[in-house]
Amino acid sequence: MAGTASRLHRSENRWALAFVAAPVIGYLLFTLYPVCFAVYASLTNWNGLGVMRFVGLDNYVKLLSDANFLESLYNTFFYMIGIPIGLGMSLALAVAMNRKIVGLTAFRTIYYVPVISSLAAIAILWQWAYNGDFGLVNQALALVGIDGPNWLASTVWAKPAIILMAIWKGLGYSMILYLAAIQSVPRSLYEAAQLDGANGWQRFRTITLPMVRPVTFFLVVTNVIGGAQIFTEINIMTPSGGPEYSTASAVWHIWRQAFRYQQMGYATAMAIVLGLLILIITLIQFSLNRRNSFAID
Amino acid sequence: MSLTTAQSRDPLNTKTRGLASPGRKAPGRTPMSRTTSTRIGDWLVFTLLSAGAIVMVAPLVWMVSTSLKTKTEVFALPPVWIPEVPQWDTYVRMWQDSSILTGFQNSFIVAATVTVLGTITCSMAAFAIAKMRLPFSNLIFVGLLTGIMIPYPTLMIPQFVMFSRIGWVDTLLPLIVPAIFGNILVIFFLRQYLENVPNSIIEAAKIDGASFWQIFWRLIFPIIRPAVAAQFILWFMAIWNDYLAPILYLNTPGRQTLQVVIANMNVQYATQRDYPLIMGASFIALLPILAIFLIFQRQIIESVALSGTKG
Repeated sequence: MAGTASRLHRSENRWALAFVAAPVIGYLLFTLYPVCFAVYASLTNWNGLGVMRFVGLDNYVKLLSDANFLESLYNTFFYMIGIPIGLGMSLALAVAMNRKIVGLTAFRTIYYVPVISSLAAIAILWQWAYNGDFGLVNQALALVGIDGPNWLASTVWAKPAIILMAIWKGLGYSMILYLAAIQSVPRSLYEAAQLDGANGWQRFRTITLPMVRPVTFFLVVTNVIGGAQIFTEINIMTPSGGPEYSTASAVWHIWRQAFRYQQMGYATAMAIVLGLLILIITLIQFSLNRRNSFAID
Repeated sequence: MSLTTAQSRDPLNTKTRGLASPGRKAPGRTPMSRTTSTRIGDWLVFTLLSAGAIVMVAPLVWMVSTSLKTKTEVFALPPVWIPEVPQWDTYVRMWQDSSILTGFQNSFIVAATVTVLGTITCSMAAFAIAKMRLPFSNLIFVGLLTGIMIPYPTLMIPQFVMFSRIGWVDTLLPLIVPAIFGNILVIFFLRQYLENVPNSIIEAAKIDGASFWQIFWRLIFPIIRPAVAAQFILWFMAIWNDYLAPILYLNTPGRQTLQVVIANMNVQYATQRDYPLIMGASFIALLPILAIFLIFQRQIIESVALSGTKG
């Protein structure tokens, strides 16, 4: 009897292993092996084709004083200014949409359309919309008497222009998550607060905001991870990295070093630094989140 | 029969129901308590949301309108919103002058192959991890999850070198092959969904002598189909819209995916100031996904809300 059971278990084990085989093999081949390879390649001087000449930590020393790489890192983090702005706006939208008004489904759809749209197409559209003379943005500004700059050609305005576009594109996504979170807040909490005489702002601050905290955390973490890898809009809207490299992002810089200048070893070192930065920032966010939730409890 | 109980006990469904009809909330609120001030508030909110909606839509409308303008109308001041004679010819020229058609084909081949095969491998893996006696189940799952922490830019150079050594550069294979081995986020999501399926129905099928393949294909897959469908659509959209991986690998115009084709057209035709053509091509590139979205918008928005609040 026991023998049959264990034979059945062994057969189940084999089936189960066969069922997870694909992702495990995929992980080993396309994630683990490339990571190990990247670590080694980052220690070499290599053009991608010829021999890999081992140079120790030279690449890592070099990138610390690489003005373009540091600039691109700075730009990448600068773009993240848009994250809190976008989240604030989408939370406001979600609160607004939690009311009983006509056309809510239509609004939800409209605000979500940019999210599903191809980023390449959107970047092309906004590149044209930011045209100094004939672009939609400056034409709209002209209606209120503002003479807009030539956005993408200006060292001052190019980065804000990209941030603005990113907010426009991402608004709907955060809004949907916030809306779902707000709708799952027990109605009784608001009613109790109302009985206690709390006004709208107080109810928002003491009920809504803490209740949507997990969503805020999720959005901040994923937006930072995604923002750290910003590439498409940079490469399409400012193909040469913008005026004086002012829009170049880290991934764009890495991509160019690797695939334009064949500095594969050096680019890999930069890619590893970027990966580590993302990991460290994410871990810091998780530990801050844990500490703050204790404070609330 | 047991399947229906599994689904009705599923907390996911109850959670999304509220989102489906955001206007029909507030059962506790009686008509009496809707005071004048809330009605003014509603009206104000409606106005603000409408203004916002115009900002969201205007660029897209402008894209379509530009694609139908003549080259002189494009540079007219004040701007023209409705072209005097719509230049449908733009869309005809587009198919002739460029690789739009092959771009469509290539994007479709990549997105369809990856999502069809990928969701099957993901469903099987999720089933094994959630419901089967799998040795080192946790180790395997957590191990796979570490893959999320490594961003694509860190992997792209070594992957490129791997694929270039076996001669896959300038083919669609590097975009397809790694992805059909499965996506850990999809596995994660399906595993969550499977947690709500009672073990008893699997035990019953085992007693009836069903093989594990039959259990998976006839029993489990139909149960998790709503979750699979949601992940399928989201994954399809992500791959269709992908840009970084395709520009690494695809050099020949006829072999490029649609996003790369329109990006190249943007560079090529901007020098000729042919903005109608550029805008038309960009619009065409987002049209299929826009159509899918408009058809399945409720399901898409619900599954997005779910994956976010669960994650």
